[in-house]
Amino acid sequence: MSELREITFVEALNEALHQEMERDPTIVVMGEDVGVYGGIFGVTKGLLERFGPDRVVDTPISETAFIGAGVGAAAAGLRPVVELMFVDFFGVCMDQIYNQAAKMRYMFGGKIKIPLTIRTTIGAGLSAAAQHSQTLYSIFAHVPGIKVIVPSTPYDAKGLLISAVRDDNPKIFFEHKLLYGVRGPVPKEPYAIPFGVADVKTEGSDVTIVAVAYMVHEALKASNELKKEGVSVEVIDPRTLVPFDKEAVFKSVRKTGRLVVVDEDYDRCGFASWVAALVADECFGYLDAPIKRVTTPTVPIPFSPTLEKEILPNAEKIVKTVKEVVKKV
Amino acid sequence: MLTQDKLLEMYYKMVLIRAFEDRVHELFVQGRIPGFVHLYAGEEAVAVGVTSHLRKGDYITSTHRGHGHCIAMGVDIKGMMAELFGRKSGTCRGKGGSMHIADFEVGMLGANGIVGAGGPLAVGAAFAAKYRGSGDVVVCFAGDGAQNQGAVLESLNAAAIWKLPLIFVVEDNQYAISLRSLSSTKLQPRISTARSVAERAVAFGIPSVTVDGMDVLAVYEAAKAAVERARAGEGPSLLDCKTYRYYGHFEGDPMVYRSVEEVEEWKKRDPIKLFRERLVRGGVVEEVLDDIRRKASLEVEEAVRFAEESPYPEPSEAYTDVFTDPYY
Ligand SMILES: Cc1ncc(C[n+]2csc(CCOP(=O)(O)OP(=O)(O)O)c2C)c(N)n1
Ligand SMILES: [Mg+2]
Repeated sequence: MSELREITFVEALNEALHQEMERDPTIVVMGEDVGVYGGIFGVTKGLLERFGPDRVVDTPISETAFIGAGVGAAAAGLRPVVELMFVDFFGVCMDQIYNQAAKMRYMFGGKIKIPLTIRTTIGAGLSAAAQHSQTLYSIFAHVPGIKVIVPSTPYDAKGLLISAVRDDNPKIFFEHKLLYGVRGPVPKEPYAIPFGVADVKTEGSDVTIVAVAYMVHEALKASNELKKEGVSVEVIDPRTLVPFDKEAVFKSVRKTGRLVVVDEDYDRCGFASWVAALVADECFGYLDAPIKRVTTPTVPIPFSPTLEKEILPNAEKIVKTVKEVVKKV
Repeated sequence: MLTQDKLLEMYYKMVLIRAFEDRVHELFVQGRIPGFVHLYAGEEAVAVGVTSHLRKGDYITSTHRGHGHCIAMGVDIKGMMAELFGRKSGTCRGKGGSMHIADFEVGMLGANGIVGAGGPLAVGAAFAAKYRGSGDVVVCFAGDGAQNQGAVLESLNAAAIWKLPLIFVVEDNQYAISLRSLSSTKLQPRISTARSVAERAVAFGIPSVTVDGMDVLAVYEAAKAAVERARAGEGPSLLDCKTYRYYGHFEGDPMVYRSVEEVEEWKKRDPIKLFRERLVRGGVVEEVLDDIRRKASLEVEEAVRFAEESPYPEPSEAYTDVFTDPYY
């Protein structure tokens, strides 16, 4: 059995990149400050020293050019891993992502592969204000042709990043800023976690909570609180939104009869609403209470800590919402 | 000819920016200011040299490193400090923070979290000024890193073909985070002796000049010509100002990409020191300059007190201002 150590989320990602680049010379890493600086959050640390400037490229602040170059290089046979420093900046380069990367294979009759991984950061809680705090994964899940990966633990981060790099499609890999320092057990050897397989974080019988990324941790906190009050919660982390493990969620809701979806992205037309709709379609007869969402209201993320705290989902809000649905028996 | 009053006002603004930034640095280290903070210390001559030509009705667009632009335009520093503290009395009621201070009363169209995003906004503001025929001008401040953003290059072209009253001011502080401007921008020394984005502007049909951004009077002179040209309806110009930031890219930056010696070398040509020497040579007595410095420090202390005594916004304010209507 492989050696398990406690390492951080950022170390797990870094290790995945080192190991995959070692294995596959077609992998190149590009982005702002990924070389000399090692990434502003440290994810690409040591890669330049180990693999050199041909494979680890510090780019100018030209997102359209370097995200697009990732698409073109992938089309031409490389396996680029490109960093978009904050997901908030996708506006600068969205065409290359959703009109080019996402649609090329389909438009060209399945004759091409785009094995591109875009890594980016999400998440609020640092008073980074409206243009550096968003959790915009729903918008990418909305568009056909992009796989959406949202890890919540160091173990998942490593295994999912390795799968992402090996997968032959365009993907966006979302790293929550508050998770970088989180520690957890991670095997030393490379391993791949398949996409579309949910992880049941804790089993329960009264209510199902679906959450991703940092919100998995808030959901688990809430579940511990609720346990003390005799409410048994099942927490499910789908880990990838595209593909999405519907069956795991349906199976759980058929057992518990209640669903709360926790999602740090904006509420309107988001991931949480989509999961709620799927479950309403598929499990209507099993539901004992209305499906509830704990999300970020559709307002820009404010700077002031008091305002930011007001709008973000957290364990306390999850507990409150779960109590509402459990009452409605 | 610059009057003595004008010179002293410029000195005051530079000193006020420095005092503000030094104090914000301390406050950040002490954990009293949250969020992402980018300081302007070292670059004061650029903001002050350029904005000294502006009048009511003119606009500027700014960057993530916007405190200096705000102070140069006359934004009240009490409101700014309260904004940095996330208080209700802040310039933007605590909703924006350091990266998003705007004050339309004084023509400050906003700091910006998106590198290069000020370019198109400046084009629009200059379009409006031209449309109104008011003779007002717009200044677009942007870093060396921002010059490689498509939005900025598209803006240069738009400003040129529409002959807009727009001055592009490049703040080449040598780095975009860790990337040296010399390695992000490939240019041949044909027009000027320095490798410079000023040469790019020429290709867009925009007259340009490379300026010593540590010398406020040099910046002032270069900006004078550009602003006059814009007011006269002759179109855009670009000033490429060579300068340096003293603190890290953001507060908390370990600065692995540059040496202490390099920073010290630039500090020898500190813009405030250089200007002070010039003023003294021109006959200004040292005590006058010391008084100005003291006044600036006191104002900054007053601003900190004001900020800390101000209440946080009520949570309900999170839901206002999304639209002009109360509905969000
Ligand atoms: C579109 C976009 N890309 C990247 C960033 C991250 N970022 C913030 S500031 C910065 C460097 C900017 O360099 P420059 O334009 O030279 O300004 P300076 O910080 O040196 O004043 C980067 C890459 C951003 N905020 N927006
Ligand atoms: Mg710069």
